[in-house]
Amino acid sequence: MAVRGNIGGIDSPEALEKALRAAYYLADDGIATAAYLALALGKPLLLEGAPGVGKTEAAKAIAAVLGRRLIRLQCYEGIDASAALYEWNYPRQMLAIRQAGDETIDIYGETFLIERPMLAALRSPDSTVLLIDEIDRSDQEFEAFLLEFLSDFQISIPERGTVRAAERPVVVLTSNRTRDLHEALRRRCVYHWIDYPTAEREARIVMMRASSVAEATARAVVAAVGKLRREPLSKAPGIAEAVEWAEAATLLNKQGARWPDAFKRSIGVALKDEEDLAFISPRLDTLIAEAAA
Amino acid sequence: MSEQPDLPRAARAFVSFVALLRVNGFAIAPEQTTAFLEGITLLGPRTPEDIHQAGLATLAPPPERRSVYDILFRIHFLGDERVRGAENEDEQVVWLQDEGGGDEEPPLADEANESGAMAVRAEALVERRFGQGGPNDALRRLAREAATRLPRRRGHRRMRARRGPWADLRRTLRESVRNDGEVMRLGRLKRSARPRKMLLLIDVSGSMKACSEDNLRLAHTLVHATPNIEVFTFGTRLTRVTRALRLKRREQALAAAAHLVSDWDGGTRIGDALQAFLAVPRFGGYARGAAVIILSDGLERGDLSALRDAIANLSRRAWRLSWLTPLAAGSGFVPQTEALIAIRRFVDDMVDGGSSAAVVAHVLSLRQRRAA
Repeated sequence: MAVRGNIGGIDSPEALEKALRAAYYLADDGIATAAYLALALGKPLLLEGAPGVGKTEAAKAIAAVLGRRLIRLQCYEGIDASAALYEWNYPRQMLAIRQAGDETIDIYGETFLIERPMLAALRSPDSTVLLIDEIDRSDQEFEAFLLEFLSDFQISIPERGTVRAAERPVVVLTSNRTRDLHEALRRRCVYHWIDYPTAEREARIVMMRASSVAEATARAVVAAVGKLRREPLSKAPGIAEAVEWAEAATLLNKQGARWPDAFKRSIGVALKDEEDLAFISPRLDTLIAEAAA
Repeated sequence: MSEQPDLPRAARAFVSFVALLRVNGFAIAPEQTTAFLEGITLLGPRTPEDIHQAGLATLAPPPERRSVYDILFRIHFLGDERVRGAENEDEQVVWLQDEGGGDEEPPLADEANESGAMAVRAEALVERRFGQGGPNDALRRLAREAATRLPRRRGHRRMRARRGPWADLRRTLRESVRNDGEVMRLGRLKRSARPRKMLLLIDVSGSMKACSEDNLRLAHTLVHATPNIEVFTFGTRLTRVTRALRLKRREQALAAAAHLVSDWDGGTRIGDALQAFLAVPRFGGYARGAAVIILSDGLERGDLSALRDAIANLSRRAWRLSWLTPLAAGSGFVPQTEALIAIRRFVDDMVDGGSSAAVVAHVLSLRQRRAA
């Protein structure tokens, strides 16, 4: 396996971090290093983390940096080869057989093949990034199947032979860690655990994502969200929730709501669980006041 | 691992670091070592931080053991002596203190113990040693009948079947090609059954002393009988013991689990423990659609409303919530304690949990029951 130190002009984690920033993704050292190593070593990148820390966004940003098309495969229980790899167009094949009459036809030709995400990525590895999203939702059968794909980057279609990638495709896997992934899968990948960003970085993310939000608002929201994440909530607010909260509060403020009140009235975009809201509401005033200070 | 003679001098420190991680229980494959070395080369390395990051990315230490990795890294590469001999925290433990972190012990409540020696709020952290358990008919029955009588659910994977709601186009077409495109028989697909998730919450407080050892043995048998199961113990704390119980030999597994659990025979704060369980999204997810079984006498000395909220929440997530209590031995059981009365309407089955035989009988009867 060839190790490529330079991928599309990116020759170090710092260069990748800079490129990601240009693609509106603020990466820390850890993720920039992991992503760089994955690209350079030609290994899949496995990103794990709580919901809403920006795993899928990272994959999108990597695709943007490389100037490639992102092919997304959303996992679910029972996902199988016909949804992930390829499928034959059975009705068309059937019609073709009927219409052929005495002539011979190849019903396993290209026209009857329906490409699914993994085959599509394999066929054009230099222009795509394959995102296998929420792998923890799939079942163990699919994980085992994926293992084979990720080690050889080839797919065998019994009727047509083996499709092999000309070069190693860029693959990003994400997991919310609702279950432990198989060790063998982790071994094949470059791994990174995405944590919630530091307050400083999150404030910059909020301002980058929502241009209408003032810096003081962003900092207050990030401080409040940080406090909320330390509470025993069933669904802690992610980065997307922080961005939305800042945007919503700004909007309410423009319509005349006063500041602490604007935060309080828009809490619904940050906390989306009724019990969490009930749990936090007695202390919400002090929490927001502390954060805004 | 044998030292390779032709290994470059510079690489030795890195390979021996991998060996050190392996000794400390990290599973690292040779290909990961290779990637680690390649990664270091790619990064320079300019600073120790580069090596640290390359290790994190390629050797993939699980997030809950990240602190152990960091300590070992400092010892190995930075010669940090202060941290030598640090405890490695193998299993994820949720402490029940307010901020959910830290090493400080919870304050002892100066509260009289009103209900005899049954439910004490104060924590007594002890370690338990198990005796050699003799052969147990109930557990043998569980192991034997698990495959056919543990609860199942309809999976989402479609399997070929004689009858079913979907046509198997692939098989049908392949067969029809042999007959010049004439479809003689339509293949069928149906959703296959697969083992339902199970979640076992075992009370190890003082009032359950007589049962907790048996219950843990039962959990061990169950862990080996079904693939999708999680086991937690609770008293004044909540401890995940699933990984320890995965060890094949029972005595070894129980010893490992006993070592993890620090609140044997202590007080009872069921509500707080369950709240802590639900507050970790990863743990809370284990209850979703699962057969949830709580083995506890429900003698709660903590906040009753915390217990009621937690049970209500669990019951919404669970496929079926069973509460097995030793107090329910004998027929015509009516809950007497305040806690059991408070939660009665959320619990689907409140039955006898006084002996292994009774617990096994209930667990094996779950397949016949419906979602509630």
